[in-house]
Amino acid sequence: MALAALGLASLGQAAAGDLEKSVAALRAVGGEGQGNAAAGRALRRLAKGGADTLPALLAGMDGANPFAANYLRGAVEVIAGNTLAKGGTLPVVELGEFLLNKSHDARPRALAFELIQRVDAKAAGQLVPGLLGDPSVDLRREAVARLLGQAAGLAKGGNKPAAVLLYRQALDAARDLDQIKAISGALRELGRKVNLTRHFGFLVEWQMAGPFHNKDRAGFAAVFGPEKNAALSATYDGMDGLVKWRAYSTDDEYGMVDFNQPYGDLKEVTGYAQTEFVSATDRPAQLRLGCKNAWKIWLNGELVFGRDEYHRGMRIDQYQLPVQLRKGGNTILVKACQNEQVEDWTVQWQFQLRVCDATGTAIHSAVKKNPEVAAQ
Amino acid sequence: MKKYLLTFTFATLASGAAAGDWPGFRGPLGNGISDEIGLPVALDATKHIAWRIDLPGRGLSSPLVVGDRIFVTASGGTRQDQLQVLCLNAADGSVIWQRQFWAMGSTMCHDKTSIAAPTPVTDGRHLFALFSSNDLFCLDLDGNLQWLRGMTLDYPNARNSLGMASSLVLAGGVLVAQVENDSESFTAGLEKQNGANLWRVDRPKSANWTTAMVQKTKSGAEWVLLQSGKGIHAVNPKNGEVAWHYDDGAATIPSSALAGGVLYVPSHGVTALELAADGRSFRQKWRSSRLRPGTASPLVHRDRVYSLNNAGVLTCGDTDSGKRLWQLRLDGPFGGSPVVADNHLYAFNEEGRAQVVDLSAPEGRIAGEMDLGEMIQCSPAVSNGALYVRSNRRLWKIARKTQL
Repeated sequence: MALAALGLASLGQAAAGDLEKSVAALRAVGGEGQGNAAAGRALRRLAKGGADTLPALLAGMDGANPFAANYLRGAVEVIAGNTLAKGGTLPVVELGEFLLNKSHDARPRALAFELIQRVDAKAAGQLVPGLLGDPSVDLRREAVARLLGQAAGLAKGGNKPAAVLLYRQALDAARDLDQIKAISGALRELGRKVNLTRHFGFLVEWQMAGPFHNKDRAGFAAVFGPEKNAALSATYDGMDGLVKWRAYSTDDEYGMVDFNQPYGDLKEVTGYAQTEFVSATDRPAQLRLGCKNAWKIWLNGELVFGRDEYHRGMRIDQYQLPVQLRKGGNTILVKACQNEQVEDWTVQWQFQLRVCDATGTAIHSAVKKNPEVAAQ
Repeated sequence: MKKYLLTFTFATLASGAAAGDWPGFRGPLGNGISDEIGLPVALDATKHIAWRIDLPGRGLSSPLVVGDRIFVTASGGTRQDQLQVLCLNAADGSVIWQRQFWAMGSTMCHDKTSIAAPTPVTDGRHLFALFSSNDLFCLDLDGNLQWLRGMTLDYPNARNSLGMASSLVLAGGVLVAQVENDSESFTAGLEKQNGANLWRVDRPKSANWTTAMVQKTKSGAEWVLLQSGKGIHAVNPKNGEVAWHYDDGAATIPSSALAGGVLYVPSHGVTALELAADGRSFRQKWRSSRLRPGTASPLVHRDRVYSLNNAGVLTCGDTDSGKRLWQLRLDGPFGGSPVVADNHLYAFNEEGRAQVVDLSAPEGRIAGEMDLGEMIQCSPAVSNGALYVRSNRRLWKIARKTQL
C-alpha cells in the first residue's frame, strides 16, 4: 500500500515507512497460519505506535483478507487500550473523517465508530443519522435503531402517518432480521402491508425434480441426472420411475421451498430445484441460503459450494456464497438431500434462497414473473 | 489455600501452569478436581459473592485463572461476530484489558449455546482462545496478539450449525484443537509459537462437543485421548498417530474423566478403561449403565465416580467395580460440568442455582444452595479459595469474603 493510502502524512517519513512495512507483513498472512511468525513480529512493532497511527492502521484493513484485518485490529485494540489507560484520548476527528469516507471498507469504518464511541459518545451520536444507507451493516443498524425509537414515539403519541413513514424509511434501510421483524410488526399493527419476501429478495418460483435416492446418505455424492443435464425438457430415472421438472411456487413469506409439499414427507431422498435469475448487469453478488439438509448449489453449471450436514439448524442467510452474476439469465440449481432420521425435528426437506449484495440488500431478478409477489 | 494432595502420576497439569491456577477446561487435570480448601459451603449470597461484574457478551466457556488474573471469553454483536477476550483482576473484577476480534467462521449456533463456548487454555505465558467459529487467537497474558488462525476459512466445511464447543488442550508442548463436525471433521496439532499445523488428522464425520483428556506417563510422554461417537482414540500429540482405539462408542457431549490411570468414559453409561503405564494400550475394567451422565461430564474423586444425569440425579459409584453406591436428587438440569473441592461437589444448574453436595456424607448431602438467577452452563473455575462462574451476562467470584 502507498503511504498516502494509509493516511500517513502526519507521521515522519521513517516512521511511516516502518509502519507501511509492518502493515504489509500483516497483509501477507494467509491460510493455515502462513506468515504468522512475521506477522507477530510486525504486530509488536505496530503496537508501540501512538494513537495517531490508528487511522493508518484502519486504512491498512482496506482490501485485506480476514486474517490481516484481525491482526490489524489486534494492533488497534492494544494502542487504543494503552492510550486510554494512560489517560490519553483518541483522534476523534481523524477517526470520524475515516468513517465518513465510504471508499474505505465497511469493517474498519465500523471499528472507527466504536473507537469514537469509547471516548466521545456525543460525537458518535451525531454521526448516526447519516448512517442510514451505509454500506456497513453494523453502522446502518445504529441509524435504523434511532429511527425505530423515533417512530415508536410518534405512534405512541398518536401521529400514525408520521410513524408509518418513519417505519418505512427504517425498513428500507434495515438488513438485520431482528430489526426487520420489529419494523414489519409495527407497520402491520398500524394497518400497513409489508412484503418481506420482496424486501429480502427470496426466490419463490422454481422448477423441481425428484425424488432420487439418498440411501445411506449416498445421494449427496451421487451425480443424478439434473447435475448432468438440467434442461427443463429433460427426463431422468428417479427413485420411483421417470422424473420430470415440475413448476413450484412458494407463498411462504420467507421464501421457503419445501420438497415435502409436492413429494410427501419422504426419507432418504434427494431433490433438485432450479430457477432462472435475470441480472441487469455483470456483477458480483451473494447467494444466501438457509437449509438444514445436505445441499449443493450450482450457478450456471458451476458448483458454488456444498455441505453434508443434516438437521443441525437453519436460519436466514445461514450460508453466504459470493458469486459473479452474468448479464442476462443465470441458472441456479439447488440439490437438497433428506436423511433417514425420524424425529419430529427432522421432517423438514427445504431451503430458502435469495440473491443480494454484500450488505444483504436484495438484488431482484430483472424479470418479475409473479406480479403479486413483486407488489409492495 | 492449597492442600497439594493430588498426585500427577497419570494426568498432566497444563504445562507451565502454576499450582493454584485453573489453566483450562475442568482445571489443571482436566477432570474438574481441585485441591483447594476453604471454599464456602453453606452458600449465602450476602456473604459469599465477593464480586460480580457484567460481561460485554455471551458465553459458556469457563473462566481461567493465572495468578491474580482471570481470563474469560465472550461473543457480542448482533451476529455474535465480535469475539472478545477479557483479563480481569481477581481481587475486584476490574478489567485489566479487553480485546475484540472479528469472527472469520460461522457464528450460527443453537440459542442455548454461544460462539464463546470452548474454554481457552493457557501455558502460563500465553492464552489460547478458541471460539465456536473455529477462530483461534494466541495472546500473551498482557493482551498482545501473537498469532491467529481462522480454521473455517482454511477448511470451509469445518463448522456445525448447532455450534462447536470442544475445548483446546495442551499436550507435549502442542496445542490440540478438535474441530469435529458432520462434514470436514478433523483434529489438529498446532505449534504453540505460531499456530502452524504440525499435523491434522481426519476424524469421524459427526458433531462432537467433547474435550480431550491428556495422559502423562511416568516417562514423561503424553497422549491425547480424543473422544467421539466412535469411542476413544489415544493420539501422540507430536504427530497425530493413533496408539490405540477403544471402538465401542462414546457420548459426544459429556467428556471423559481421567484419574489414577483409569479413563472413565461416557460410553454405555460409564466404561472404565485402565490405561497401560506407557500409554500404548488399555484394558476395559468395568462398565456400568447405571452411571450414565447427561450433559455434564463425570467426576472421579478419591475412590468414587460421580455422574449427573439429565434429570438432575447425582449418582455415586465405586471406582473399582462400577457398582452404584447411592443417588441424590439435585435441582437440575445441568448444562455445565460440576467441580469437586475439599470433598464437596459444586454444581450450578441451568437456572443459576448453585448446589453444594457434601461427599463425605454416607449418601451425599446438600450442604449449601444459592440462587444466582441467570442461566449458567459453564463449568466453574476454582482457584485461591474462590469459585468463578459465568452466565451469558455476568461473572461471579464466590468466596469467603474474609479471605479478600
